Amino acid sequence: MNRAFRLLRRRAISSIPVLLIVVVGAFLLLEAAPGDAVDAYLLSIGGGDPALVQALRESYGLDQSLPARLSLYLSALARLDLGWSVTFGRPILDLILERLPNTLWLMGSAVALAFTLGSALGIIAGARPGSVRDRLLSTGSLALYAVPSFWLGLVLILVFAVQLRWFPTSGIATIASGKQGIARALDIAHHLVLPVCSLGFIYLALFLRMMRAGMAEAWRQDYALAARAKGLARRRIVLRHVARNALLPLVTMLGLQAASMLGGSVVVESVFAVPGFGRLAQEAVAGRDAPLLTGIILVSAVIVILINLAVDIAYGILDPRVGASEGRAA
Amino acid sequence: MSGRLVTLRGLGVAYGAGPAALSDIDLAISAGERLAVIGESGSGKSTLALALAGLLPDNARIAGDIAWEGGMKPVPGRDIGFVFQDAGASLNPVLRIGEQVAEVAQRHLGLDWHEAYAYARDLLAQVQVPAPDTVLRAYAHQLSGGQRQRVAIAAAIAARPRLLIADEPTSALDTIVQSEIVSLLDRLVREAGMTLVFISHDIALVSGFADRIAVLHQARLVEAGPAADVLRSPKATYTARLIASHIGLDTPRLVGARA
Amino acid sequence: MSLLRRLSRSPEGQAGLVLLGLLVLAALLAPVLFPDDPLSIAGPALLRPFADPAFPLGTDRLGRDVLAGLFHGARASLAVGLAAAAVALVAGAVVGTLAGFAGGLVDETLMRVVDAFQTVPGFLLALAFVSVTGASLPVVIFAIALGAWTGPARLARAEVLSIRERDYVAAACVIGMRPLEIALREVLPNALPPVLALSAVIVANAVLIESALSFLGLGDPNIVTWGSMIAEGRNMLRTAPFLSIVPGIGLVATVLGVYLLAEGFSDALARRRSRA
Repeated sequence: MNRAFRLLRRRAISSIPVLLIVVVGAFLLLEAAPGDAVDAYLLSIGGGDPALVQALRESYGLDQSLPARLSLYLSALARLDLGWSVTFGRPILDLILERLPNTLWLMGSAVALAFTLGSALGIIAGARPGSVRDRLLSTGSLALYAVPSFWLGLVLILVFAVQLRWFPTSGIATIASGKQGIARALDIAHHLVLPVCSLGFIYLALFLRMMRAGMAEAWRQDYALAARAKGLARRRIVLRHVARNALLPLVTMLGLQAASMLGGSVVVESVFAVPGFGRLAQEAVAGRDAPLLTGIILVSAVIVILINLAVDIAYGILDPRVGASEGRAA
Repeated sequence: MSGRLVTLRGLGVAYGAGPAALSDIDLAISAGERLAVIGESGSGKSTLALALAGLLPDNARIAGDIAWEGGMKPVPGRDIGFVFQDAGASLNPVLRIGEQVAEVAQRHLGLDWHEAYAYARDLLAQVQVPAPDTVLRAYAHQLSGGQRQRVAIAAAIAARPRLLIADEPTSALDTIVQSEIVSLLDRLVREAGMTLVFISHDIALVSGFADRIAVLHQARLVEAGPAADVLRSPKATYTARLIASHIGLDTPRLVGARA
Repeated sequence: MSLLRRLSRSPEGQAGLVLLGLLVLAALLAPVLFPDDPLSIAGPALLRPFADPAFPLGTDRLGRDVLAGLFHGARASLAVGLAAAAVALVAGAVVGTLAGFAGGLVDETLMRVVDAFQTVPGFLLALAFVSVTGASLPVVIFAIALGAWTGPARLARAEVLSIRERDYVAAACVIGMRPLEIALREVLPNALPPVLALSAVIVANAVLIESALSFLGLGDPNIVTWGSMIAEGRNMLRTAPFLSIVPGIGLVATVLGVYLLAEGFSDALARRRSRA
């Protein structure tokens, strides 16, 4: 576990400058947007007289120089104050925290689906490179990877919600059903099946291809030939020797795709009207709510950094060579 | 010495559409003997090793015949042990050493995993790996080159195979370690009555322990016979050149002195 | 060029060439075959496909020609895809090469900036930029490039760093080859495969992001794109599903074509190197 903590600490420390740059970038974005926070506030209360406007500006420090405004912004962030949303008339952090769990459920399930099914199919394909099975899975996954997630969502709605009526077309729960506990959880799960599939299938294809490629690479290594020379059972060679090594680049890919999937949730939540973090971004754009959008970007960056930290730890556990230079046996 | 183990008759191997890696090899290997196969790069010696072990890739085209005594095709791991040149590459980097040795016993000797691990520990002691208990739980990247090769040898002999094929097992090692590994192999093979096929490019290295020497040159078998005979009075000119060009401490200076 | 010949021998390359060839043809022929503004009302509303020979793929809710939209949409997708990729590649190459050559603090800082851009989801970046600046074609192209330039930057930097170290460059120097010769004959052929692979991914991603932006109503409102067509057709999903399905097939074909072509290219390059 020591190795894991050392990696974690190193990674966390190097994330700080990155986060700072994102914060500065977010601040510049806010500055670039037409109008400022006071304008936004005035919009929501229907306008005000110039004296009031000036007084508000002074009290919020919005009439000061750029560096001063930046430091005000930074100190607000340090207090976890992300500002006020124009469209909703509520603190941004509250909004985000309210919507985030839905998206995390959606993303988490999509990743779980993509990773397990993708790896399994990838192992099946990679067990015998060049076989009919392999070529079919390879072509199929390439075609699936080319599909836009929002279009896939519409197709799934058409087939499974409209025609077959197996699943609801939108939303995250049956409205005003009054369900509690397990029943409510199942209801939510039922609503999430199609969105999770829309978001996850594309990454399933990606993981399938990565596992397949990783296994092809592993088969070329001497240890695969050595395993055959030992006369081990084929299943053991495929799973324990080859796939176990091919897993490593897959785990790395998980981290790299975290940001992409968070972005993908925007469209999928839009198609399925899921009240999540991604949909909030769309609503922010529709309402020209720059502070909300900026807050969303900041939180996204934090989420991606956290996911990458977790992935790094997982990789460090899976690959015994990581951190090896910090302690070598004779 | 107790009879024939395997006979190669007119064996030829080519990879895909490429030229022959082995051509018309006639060779008989007796049970219990130590045969050294000598050749330079591209002579086909590794191909010979892989062909014997049944490890040729799918695109290899085989001509001729490999006739095993008793008619039964040997099972890799159980009847044939294989030691690779680069032990670092032939050991799986993400699995522990103990698992990689024990799995052979678990597969071929009918042991359960607990017994197999205990057996693996004894094997590691047999191949003179220091601190076998620690090594059982170690990973390949934590061991030195010599230790890795010992581990590889342990895994190769775990199922007590009749035949041990070593493909240039010492070429990637330091000189002192080289001789240690060679004497280890010699001892193990003699104690267990195994047949040893030792592939190498270094005819001097094998001169100390080989019963017979076979020489390959450009995919053909140039000479084969008792070691003493081949070394003292080689019948083929190529063999003579190989012997003459070995460099030892007593070799006259190559550079600077007029020949 | 012999590269094209070798490309045409791989099945993936062939398929990719065919698909993309058709799309490029459609894009080029769009103003010829459908000279009227595809956003204009051309006929009766909600005509089904194959019902009227004047409108082979039917019409949408407002009576706009679906086939015309398909062809003009091909123009938009290909244009945005290629332009965004070009911007991303150039910007990324400049930054990456700079970082690789400068080293030290400049390199560190630039790489942290690259990290920052990679940490924020590319789609959100595009959303934010379009939202702040207003939706038009150049804005969309730049917005996509904002998320895509980081890959080329890393690649360029890695290439520069390893080029300095490579044995064959040192060997070439020793033989006395001039730097330009080294760059063209030794460095470029080895740098090409990852660049091509990355370009394909960027183009494909750009097409997808553009369509997603249009779907959300954030694309250029003055042109027809497949994404906007799908969004339009969404309102009629139960009664006229073909309105959303057909443009999506175009998207799949485009992205698939790009990936197949890229695979064909990498096969061709690999075969060339193994023969050399």
